[in-house]
Amino acid sequence: MSQWSNRGADVAKLSVVSLVAVTLMVACGDTSETFSSGQVTSAEIAMPGTAFGLPANAPDRFDFGAEASEQRVAMWDIDVRPDGVGLPEGNGSVQEGREIYNVHCVACHGLTGTEGPNDRLVDSEQWENVPTTRTVGNYWPYATTLYDYIRKAMPQLTPGILTVDEVYAVIAYVLWMNEIVPEDAVMDAETLPAVVMPARDKFVIDDRVGGAGIVR
Amino acid sequence: MPSAESPKLSRRTWITTTSGVIAAGLVKTQADAIQLIAQEAPTDPTKVPGRLVSEIGSRAPSEQPKRLIRAPALSSSSRTPLADLMGTITPADLHFERHHAGIPDIRFEDHELLVHGMVERPMVFRMSELMRYPQVSRIRFLECSGNGGGVYNRERMPTEVTVQALDGLLSTSEWTGVAVSTILREVGVRPGASWVLAEGGDSAVMSRSVPLDKVMKDSILAYGQNGERIRPEQGYPLRLFNPGYEGNTSVKWLRRIEVTDQPTHTRDETSKYTDPLGDGTVRQFSLVMDAKSVITFPSYPYVLPDKGWWEIRGLAWSGRGRVTRVEVSTDGGRNWSDAALEGPILEKSTVRFRHLFDWNGRDTVILSRATDETGYVQPTVEQLWEARGTRTSYHQNHQRAWKIARTGEVTFGLGDLV
Repeated sequence: MSQWSNRGADVAKLSVVSLVAVTLMVACGDTSETFSSGQVTSAEIAMPGTAFGLPANAPDRFDFGAEASEQRVAMWDIDVRPDGVGLPEGNGSVQEGREIYNVHCVACHGLTGTEGPNDRLVDSEQWENVPTTRTVGNYWPYATTLYDYIRKAMPQLTPGILTVDEVYAVIAYVLWMNEIVPEDAVMDAETLPAVVMPARDKFVIDDRVGGAGIVR
Repeated sequence: MPSAESPKLSRRTWITTTSGVIAAGLVKTQADAIQLIAQEAPTDPTKVPGRLVSEIGSRAPSEQPKRLIRAPALSSSSRTPLADLMGTITPADLHFERHHAGIPDIRFEDHELLVHGMVERPMVFRMSELMRYPQVSRIRFLECSGNGGGVYNRERMPTEVTVQALDGLLSTSEWTGVAVSTILREVGVRPGASWVLAEGGDSAVMSRSVPLDKVMKDSILAYGQNGERIRPEQGYPLRLFNPGYEGNTSVKWLRRIEVTDQPTHTRDETSKYTDPLGDGTVRQFSLVMDAKSVITFPSYPYVLPDKGWWEIRGLAWSGRGRVTRVEVSTDGGRNWSDAALEGPILEKSTVRFRHLFDWNGRDTVILSRATDETGYVQPTVEQLWEARGTRTSYHQNHQRAWKIARTGEVTFGLGDLV
């Protein structure tokens, strides 16, 4: 590979040393994985917090990549968090959202968000224990996830076609269809994170831990 | 298995010499003629010259295992033919698929990985740059957490179902790439960071949050699979690979890693890949794949032609470490025997187990159960129903049973015996 420099060749040599070490271990009938238990071969040094070693002569930094400018980061940093970080300037209303929805969303989600053929968005079922159908209204814990997902992935055949305001508007409409916001609601970077979704408090972090006699 | 694609030669062609084939104008050279003649197995292969070398190998015409696609037109997943495979490694072209917006075509030269967020130096890497970093390889399983979902529903338990259809969202490969820890060392993680967001370059921009501790410990930025560049359907040119975690977190076509102090709560970690437990709560970030085993032979639709000695074979794995034990029952779960395990037993990889069975020709049910190094034992479906209710869609790792009828027919489930 032509892009490999002399330094790359050194790294390649060290990989060969590691490979020989591994081969010897296997040949000796040791089926345990020395690497994964936190140890490394003699050609490598252990690193804190990782099962992978680094070659003993590795520099503090290889500097193979390029520093990313603020503009470069901004170009791709499009995720949105529940605290509202990542939401852009702009806004959209339920009324505007109805028009967007009926053009871009209705074919897959139906006029009322219940007809499919793709994911059902609306369900008035109040669930005590488990919902039959998991929808935006009865299952999604955060309204901000709608922005994150719609901006990235919707509409399915033309993702990214909606403007900032149109995304806010269609979210307002979907939330209104689910009776979560009133008909005069306007969604923006302030109001969207403030929406409390009905299923919010139902979500708990995984408590499975493995171990004998434990089924969770 | 019959081969639909291989060209057929008439019986008369077999008695034609290679020069005869050439004279007949079918091909131009002797090499072509040998190639043509050898495409169908001759009666006596010692009397016909064999085929020549080739740049790309191919399977025997009679051996054509295929991935299973359940709804061809719209399907976003295909399943590994587990019953056709031996050992533990899945050929790359049979590795299961699950896509959320199809397979993007990405040029190796154009692809970039952006690493930013709570880091000292945000950086962008081209593929050629990532490949200069120290390279690591690990043999690890990958399983979709929706695997086995077809056999959890109490009311709709199928019997005529293959292990491929049930549990074929499982594959094992040697994954090669650069350790995530190496790249995070390069950018310098700031104090207080606890999660990363991994984002794909497909048209769903598929995104998952993964704990920082996890990716530091043993995750790989993988560009190789079973000795070759990773295939497009597995994330070419770059995927995140999180050993032992549900497959969806191993984001394909990886273009961005953001280091954060909280999960992002993306669509695929809230509305999907979460587990409503039946007590009013929904389990979130259920990332580790618990211990599981499946018998791959005998399984539906195989028919045992005779009683006597048969070797029960299967795969076992755990996302929490090594499998330490696999037990097999040949009497519907009343008695259990230790199965033999084929080494090396690697952590977070599949292990092949086998158990010799002298079938007496009567109706019976065979089962397997795996134990991992934490002591966790693969549960029964009743234990999972008890712990989680009956309405979860993911992580259904309960014991699988196959009924062997006196006719030799094998079907899924406990049947009416137990």
